[in-house]
Amino acid sequence: MSTIEERVKKIVAEQLGVKLEEVTNSASFIEDLGADSLDTVELVMALEEEFETEIPDEKAEKITTVQEAIDYVNAHAQ
Amino acid sequence: MSLAGKIALVTGASRGIGKAIALQLGAQGAIVVGTATSAGGAEAIGAYLAEAGIQGAGLVLDVCSDESVAAAFERIQADFGAPQILVNNAGITRDNLMMRMKDDEWYGVIDTNLNSLYRVSKAALRGMTKARWGRIISIGSVVGAMGNPGQANYAAAKAGVEGFSRALARELGSRAVTVNTVAPGFIDTDMTRELPDAQKEALLTQIPLGRLGGAEEIAAVVGFLASEQAGYVTGTTIPVNGGMYM
Repeated sequence: MSTIEERVKKIVAEQLGVKLEEVTNSASFIEDLGADSLDTVELVMALEEEFETEIPDEKAEKITTVQEAIDYVNAHAQ
Repeated sequence: MSLAGKIALVTGASRGIGKAIALQLGAQGAIVVGTATSAGGAEAIGAYLAEAGIQGAGLVLDVCSDESVAAAFERIQADFGAPQILVNNAGITRDNLMMRMKDDEWYGVIDTNLNSLYRVSKAALRGMTKARWGRIISIGSVVGAMGNPGQANYAAAKAGVEGFSRALARELGSRAVTVNTVAPGFIDTDMTRELPDAQKEALLTQIPLGRLGGAEEIAAVVGFLASEQAGYVTGTTIPVNGGMYM
């Protein structure tokens, strides 16, 4: 069983089409990983599916880096 | 222009243009789910698809109901998978001169012909962006561009369809999802058969090709837009109107 951090990073890499090693904890989706606004929406949806949770829009807007995604999932996933 | 393996959803497919589109996409190899507002209509769709040897089903869908849209997509997902081709065809007319138009005539037409695009397209988007391939084709009308007395509601909704499609085309281009409108002129269907003869005669004088169009002539253009070959066509409106408006 992978850790939440590994699962989040795998999804980010798949969704944004970047190499896993580029997905560092401090990486920003838009500034470092080249995501556009549609990418970030899709990424949030992918996280929702993987962790069977719903991320409200106002929370989703605040998830801009890999670490923020990991923190959100750690705090909210079942 | 094979659509083999693709799942197509056609709203308002029990008769007229929608039926012709369902048969056209099926003939190109797509699995076709056609919807109607009644159980009888859905059954009839299932029957004509089966008769034509097309894989798919008829399904009850009220495009004015969020619950109905959600239930239909769940059902399609379970039975076939996520649709990658969506044809927003369901539509109604409630003609009246503006000074006499009732609230239900205005809101009914806007809800069925325009709000439905928001509901149904939104439900279909996730599957398309995930697949990195999709086709959203909405049926507009020549009336959306040129207007028509007694159809302020219909003209507003159909012009809205075009704006909606252009915005969505820009949003989804990076995912290889194309979004287009086909704008029929006067087509020989139940909807136009209700027109008084005098009005029909007058109409024909305005149409360079001198006849009403056939539903299958709309379906052929939809079939092209759904195909791989139309992959570089997006955000546009293709008029199919015999030249009555150009």
